[in-house]
Amino acid sequence: MTFIPLFFALPLAAAFIIPILGKIAKSIIWIFVTLVSFTLFILALYGVAVTQQFPMIVYEMGNWPPPLGIVMAFDSLSAFMVLVISILVFSGSIFSWRYMSHYTGTWKFYTLYMLITAGMMGVSITGDLFNMFVFLEIAAISSYALVAFGVDAEELEASFKYMVMGEVGGLTFLLSIALLYAKTSTLNLADMANTLQVVGQTPFFWLVLGMMLLAFSIKAAFVPFHSWLPDAHPAAPAPISSLLSGIFIKVLGMYTTARLVFNVFGLSRGNAPVFFNVLIGLGLLSIAFAGITALNQKDYKRLLGYSSVSQVGYIMLGFGIGNFYGVAGAIFYILAHALGKGLLFLTSGSVVNATGTRDITKLAGVGENMSTTAWSFRFGSMSLIGLPPLVGFFAKYFIVLGALKAGFWWLAIVAIGLSVLTLGYLLKIENNVFMKKGRTKANKAPFTMRVAMVFLVVLIVLFGVGFQQIIDFLVGPAANALLRGVEYANLVFGSVGVSF
Amino acid sequence: MKGMSLIVRTITTVIIGFIFIYGIYITLHGHLTPGGGFAGGVIVAGALILRILVFGSEPADEKKSEIRTSIFESVGALLFIGIALAGLVIAGTFFLNFLPKGIPFNLLSAGIIPFCNIAIGIKVGAGLFSIFLALAAVKYVVKD
Amino acid sequence: MIIFLSCIILFLIGLYAIVTKRNLIKIVIGFALIEYAINLLFALVGFRRGMLAPIITRVDMAHKFVDPIPQALVLTAIVIALGTTALMLTVALRIYSRYKTFDIAEIRKLKG
Repeated sequence: MTFIPLFFALPLAAAFIIPILGKIAKSIIWIFVTLVSFTLFILALYGVAVTQQFPMIVYEMGNWPPPLGIVMAFDSLSAFMVLVISILVFSGSIFSWRYMSHYTGTWKFYTLYMLITAGMMGVSITGDLFNMFVFLEIAAISSYALVAFGVDAEELEASFKYMVMGEVGGLTFLLSIALLYAKTSTLNLADMANTLQVVGQTPFFWLVLGMMLLAFSIKAAFVPFHSWLPDAHPAAPAPISSLLSGIFIKVLGMYTTARLVFNVFGLSRGNAPVFFNVLIGLGLLSIAFAGITALNQKDYKRLLGYSSVSQVGYIMLGFGIGNFYGVAGAIFYILAHALGKGLLFLTSGSVVNATGTRDITKLAGVGENMSTTAWSFRFGSMSLIGLPPLVGFFAKYFIVLGALKAGFWWLAIVAIGLSVLTLGYLLKIENNVFMKKGRTKANKAPFTMRVAMVFLVVLIVLFGVGFQQIIDFLVGPAANALLRGVEYANLVFGSVGVSF
Repeated sequence: MKGMSLIVRTITTVIIGFIFIYGIYITLHGHLTPGGGFAGGVIVAGALILRILVFGSEPADEKKSEIRTSIFESVGALLFIGIALAGLVIAGTFFLNFLPKGIPFNLLSAGIIPFCNIAIGIKVGAGLFSIFLALAAVKYVVKD
Repeated sequence: MIIFLSCIILFLIGLYAIVTKRNLIKIVIGFALIEYAINLLFALVGFRRGMLAPIITRVDMAHKFVDPIPQALVLTAIVIALGTTALMLTVALRIYSRYKTFDIAEIRKLKG
C-alpha cells in the first residue's frame, strides 16, 4: 500500500536531485533517470498485480480521512494509465541519451522530464479534484517549457501558441472547479459524485460539464481546438514528442474526461444519450478532419502530429459508444496508440538525428542503412492502421464491436472506412522516406536508440499476440472501473483503511 | 545592470537587512500568524532582487548567482519531499505529521509544519530570484 | 450578486485581451486578469456574511469563520499562475530577441 505515493514522489524527488547532480557529475544523470523510470515501470507492474485482487486502494495523505483530506484512489484504470505512462517514460529516457547529446543544458531537460512524469502519474492516481488540477498544471507547465527547449524561433512560437491554448483550457477547468465547489462544498471526487447525484441533471450540472469538456477538449486536441498540437509536438525534442503524443494528451484530456463523466457526474448512455452522441460527433470530426489534413503534410513530425489528433478521435468514439466493448476498446486504443505513436515519433527522432531534416521530400534513401528504424516504423504503422495480430488491430476491433453491439452499424462502417486515411498518410512517409532509393546518406542509429525502438516493437507484438490476457487483466478491469459509474463513490469510502 | 542613485543606495543599505529578517520572521511564524513559507520566501526574494536592482551587477556575477540559486532551489524542494518521505519511512504514511504537536501558539509546535514552511521558504525565495535572473538574462540576448 | 457580476466582467475583459490583442505582453496581461477573476470567484464562494477571517488567535476562540478551503485553493492557484506567467514572459522575451517585435501578426512563421 505504501507504494502509491511513490508514483509521484519518486519522480518529483529525482527532478530536484538532478540539478545538484548536474553540478557534480553530469555523466550519471542519464543513468539515474533511466533507473528511476525503470523503478516506476516495476512499481506500475506491481500496481497492476495488486489491483487484480483489490479493485480500489485508497491512500490517505497524512492519515486524513477522505472527505476532509486528499486521497489517492488507485483503481484498475489508474493502474492501467500508470503502466502505459511508465512504459513510454522508460523508452523515452533510454532514447534520449544519444538524442540529447548535442543539446546544451541537458540537466534542465531531465528535470523537466521527471516533472512531466510526476504530473501525469499524479493526475492518474489522485482522488481529489483540485489535486488533479495541480498535477495537471505541473505536467502542462513542464510540457510548455519542453516544447520551447531548443529555443529556436519556431519552437518558441509553437510553445507560446501551445501555452495560450493550454492555459485557456487549464483556467476553464479551474473555473469549473470553483463552480462545482460552490454547489457541492467538497473537492473529493467520491464525495462530489454522491452530492451531484442529489443535485440531479440541472442546467448548472450541464454548464459545469460543458466547461470541463471544453477544457479537456483543448488539452486532448479535438478538432475545433487542435491547432496547437501540430505545431507544439513536432517542435519538442523527439523523446518528448513521443511522450506528449503518446500519453500526455490522453492523460490530461481523455483520462480526466472519462473519469469525471463516468465516475463523478455519473453519466452513461442510458441516462444521457445526447451527451454521448456529442462525444461520438467530436470523435468522428477529429478522425476525418485531421486525417485529411495529415495527407497534405510534408514535414515528418507534423504529419505524425495531425495523425495523433486523428487517432485520439477513435478513443473518444469508443467512450462515446458507452457500452463495455466500446469503453474497453477506447482504453485498449489508449495503449495501442501510446505504443504505436510513441514508436513512430522515436523513429522520427532517429531520422532527424541522422540527417538533420524533417522534410520527407528530402529524406529519400534513408532506409538503406537505418534498417532498424525502418522496420520499427513499419511495425508501428501496421499497428496504427490495424493489421492483425498487432495490438492496434484488437483495439480497433473492440471499438467496432462496441458500435455493432450498440446498434450503430453505420458508425462501425465509417470507423473502418476512415482507417484508410491512416493507411494513406503513413504510406506517404513509408514511400518517400524508407522505400524510395535516394542519395540521402544516413548512418545507423546509435545503439541505445535502437534498444528503445525495439523495446516498443516487442511490446506491440507481445500485447497483440497476448490480447486475451491484456483484456482479462488490464483493459477489462479498467473498463469495468469506468462503467461502475457512481458506485465508485461507495467503493472509495468502503476501501478506506483496507490494508494488505 | 546599472545601479541607481546615491539616495536610493543609502536607503537600501539601511533597510535591506530588515526586509530580509522580516521575510525570515514571516516564514518561521507561518504556523502561528498569516503568512508562511510562500509569503516569506517572496519577501526574501524581494530583498535579493532589490539588491541587484539598486547596486547593479555584472553578467558574470549574475551567472554565478544563478548557479547558486538553482542549488538552493533544489535543496528547498528536496527538504520538502524529504519531510514528506520521512513520514512514509518513520511512521508509514506519506506526509504524516509525525512530530509531537506541542502547545498551540508556541514557536515550536504544530509538528512538521514549521519545517515544511522553512523548506517552502527556501524554495520560493530561490525560485523567484532565479525567475528574476532568467528574465534579466534575456537582455544580453536581445542586445546582440 | 453585483460582486459576482464584477467577477464575470473581469473574466470577459481578460478573454477579450487574449482573443483580440496582437501584442504578446498584452496577451499575458489578459491571462493575469482571468486568473484574478477566478481567484475572486473562489474567495466569494467561501464568503459568509458576518463571519471572521479564518485565523485562530486564541485557544478558546468561537469558530465563526468563513470557509477557509477556497482561500487555500486561491493560494495554490496563485503559485501556479506565477509559474505560467513567468514562463510566458520568458518565452515572449525570447521571441522578442529573435524577431525584434511583440506583434503576433509579424511572427507567423508556422502555418495553421
